[in-house]
Amino acid sequence: MIAYITRRALYAIPILLGVNLLTFFLFFVVNSPDDIARSQLGDRRVTAEAIEHWKRAHGYHRPLIINGDSQGFGRITDTVFFDKSVRLFAFDFGSSDSGRDIGYDISQRMWPSLAIAVPTLLVGVMVNVTFALGIVFFRGTYVDFWGVVVCVMLLSVSSLFYIIGGQYLLSKLLHLVPISGYDTGVNALKFLVLPVIVGVISGIGSGTRWYRTLFLEEIEKDYVRTARAKGLSEQLVLFRHVLRNALIPLLTGIVVLLPLLFMGSLIVESFFGVPGLGSYTIDGIQRQDFAIVRSMVFLGSVLYILGLILTDISYTMADPRVRLN
Amino acid sequence: MPVLFWTDILIFVLVAVVTAFFFYARRREHLRAPWRQVSRSGVAMGSVVVLAFYATVALLDSLHFRPVLGDRGEDGRVQYAHEVLSVFDLLATSIRTRDEKTYSAPFAAFLYAKETVELPDGRQERRYPRLRHGGSHLQNPDEDKIGDIIATSVFASVKGLLVWSGSCTVLLLLLAGRTRKNLGVVFEDVTRGRTHTRWRSILVTLGFLLVVSFVAADLSAKYHILGTDKVGEDVFYQTLKSIRTGLVIGTLTTLVMLPFAILLGIMAGYFRGWVDDVIQYVYTTLSSIPGVLLIAAAVLILQVYLDNHAEQFASVAERADLRLLFLCLILGVTSWTSLCRYLRGETLKLREIDYIQAAEALGVRHFSIISRHILPNVMHIVLITVVLDFSGLVLAEAVLSYVQIGVDPTMNSWGNMINSARLEMAREPIVWWSLFAAFVFMFTLVLSANLFSDALRDAFDPRMRRQP
Repeated sequence: MIAYITRRALYAIPILLGVNLLTFFLFFVVNSPDDIARSQLGDRRVTAEAIEHWKRAHGYHRPLIINGDSQGFGRITDTVFFDKSVRLFAFDFGSSDSGRDIGYDISQRMWPSLAIAVPTLLVGVMVNVTFALGIVFFRGTYVDFWGVVVCVMLLSVSSLFYIIGGQYLLSKLLHLVPISGYDTGVNALKFLVLPVIVGVISGIGSGTRWYRTLFLEEIEKDYVRTARAKGLSEQLVLFRHVLRNALIPLLTGIVVLLPLLFMGSLIVESFFGVPGLGSYTIDGIQRQDFAIVRSMVFLGSVLYILGLILTDISYTMADPRVRLN
Repeated sequence: MPVLFWTDILIFVLVAVVTAFFFYARRREHLRAPWRQVSRSGVAMGSVVVLAFYATVALLDSLHFRPVLGDRGEDGRVQYAHEVLSVFDLLATSIRTRDEKTYSAPFAAFLYAKETVELPDGRQERRYPRLRHGGSHLQNPDEDKIGDIIATSVFASVKGLLVWSGSCTVLLLLLAGRTRKNLGVVFEDVTRGRTHTRWRSILVTLGFLLVVSFVAADLSAKYHILGTDKVGEDVFYQTLKSIRTGLVIGTLTTLVMLPFAILLGIMAGYFRGWVDDVIQYVYTTLSSIPGVLLIAAAVLILQVYLDNHAEQFASVAERADLRLLFLCLILGVTSWTSLCRYLRGETLKLREIDYIQAAEALGVRHFSIISRHILPNVMHIVLITVVLDFSGLVLAEAVLSYVQIGVDPTMNSWGNMINSARLEMAREPIVWWSLFAAFVFMFTLVLSANLFSDALRDAFDPRMRRQP
């Protein structure tokens, strides 16, 4: 087990290196640091001095990959690639283009993200599983048919409309919760309700349909027929046999998402004004802060790979038939 | 003078490919069979009609040209306007050009905001001024409007129904000719839903859409049926223009990523060894970057490029078009990995099957094995993925435009409509019509795409295929 995890972690290194090379290529080769400086300074008739000053202030003045002027290791370490990209491996994100410490910002902003993402996921899974079980219980009837129709309709609505509709209905018409904003401690609760509700509702369509397929696949298997043949009631078959066995794909589908919860949701956070990592990323994109976007790309890839490893581990824990080797 | 944008060219290529496939598949029974199963589903056929309506608008909107200016230049040559129009713009000239000053509600005859108006006797008063175009034919809008709307709609519905019954008759005659049955028998078959292809649901949807579009066309000649936006542009026109953007993103994205996905996926599964390792490495790397962030990074880079090379583009429309194409490309990069993974897995399985082993033993070349034995057997996966991806991409466009990494802000798209309407949510009375228009048109498109793709998956997925 430990050997397996170590090997998977080692596999991650070339992939992260690839991610780094790709972002490096996108950010510094397709457009030279001069281009970035010019677009940041905003004027086409910027002087060469201003560009040089900006580059020096943000650490883009070094050569890209190989520094011919330095000696020894300096030839590799004293470059933009090493300074901006390789450092990410040590989770040293450096400072953003506006001068703030990215690592500190991330550590502050991940909590609001988690405060929204974790309840949304948990409540969402519970709601979806309940609906899916209900639909499967009435399979082949009109409940099943219309349930699926409603699911398809729900997933045909853009998530933007769920947010706008939720804000309009709950905040503007009914005045139940504030439209947007955030606060610390217990006060945050009233700001969290609406994003979580909206997040859960917008996921019902696809979630319920997906779980329904999982349950239906399971319900056709031999052991379910055996259980029915023994004379067990439909409820017992559904809850004790089908649900438990369907939990394996269900759980692993969730585990792969877990690490990415840190990243938060881009649109939900920026719509509701939550100072999480999602809105951090959006701010970075809109202010054209390349350092933030680059850090978030790296962090996202690390978390994604972590999710894959966790999925494999959770397979072995949930299903004793699976062996890692 | 015709103008060809990059996306136009690709759209025409796509249309050509689909037409070619249609004629190719028509004479091959094994290719026709799953399609015939799709045509048996009433819901799917209704969705096809809706999708065809959208596609027609998008195609008309893709035939771009620069109109001729009235007066000839000094050297006697024909002068062309700088502005690029499409055939659709030409058809919709009346709603395209009738701008108001600012917001106005659907069917309104008065502006949304009060203005200071000078009365004939010199006094000044703040009130809602009449619209320049919307309902301007009415003497007394408050009293006459409802009656006028009803009369126009009834008249237009009758026109729509006439066109509909005309097309129904043509269809019935064609069917009767082909099946060599009595016209009455064919009529009864169709109305009872006993035909092989579900003509009944096709005709019902067609009738509904014809009536709706005739009513909308006639009413929009007199009113702004979905209101006007902040700068007074007709929202109905905007949302119709957005159809092309949505469809381009939904279709071209998969078109540009297909060659990569198919080639690399099959190569990885077929050759195995180091080829497999390299390809797996590439797609794992790409898929490990969260999609939105990769798109954001790429669009930011494009923005910098466009800022620094503004002189390369002849017009704003060309620039917007290039950005749209680039968005399709980058969306394609983020979405080909899953298809590639599927194809690799499927090829690995197919490779071990006897007939491919036999072909290899007989010395058939790799290329022939792939193109004749493997490719046809994975095409159903490709087709299902393409159709399933479509609705997701249309929805993604809206989200990306909201984050401002989507299409160009000057381009008509549902995302841009939602984005600008969102800022007006706080107004009183609320400006809801832009959101409503985007919602209705997006929902109809995505819903019919979803219903169609479900039927298609049922027909093409061997696991789901029912025994006839």
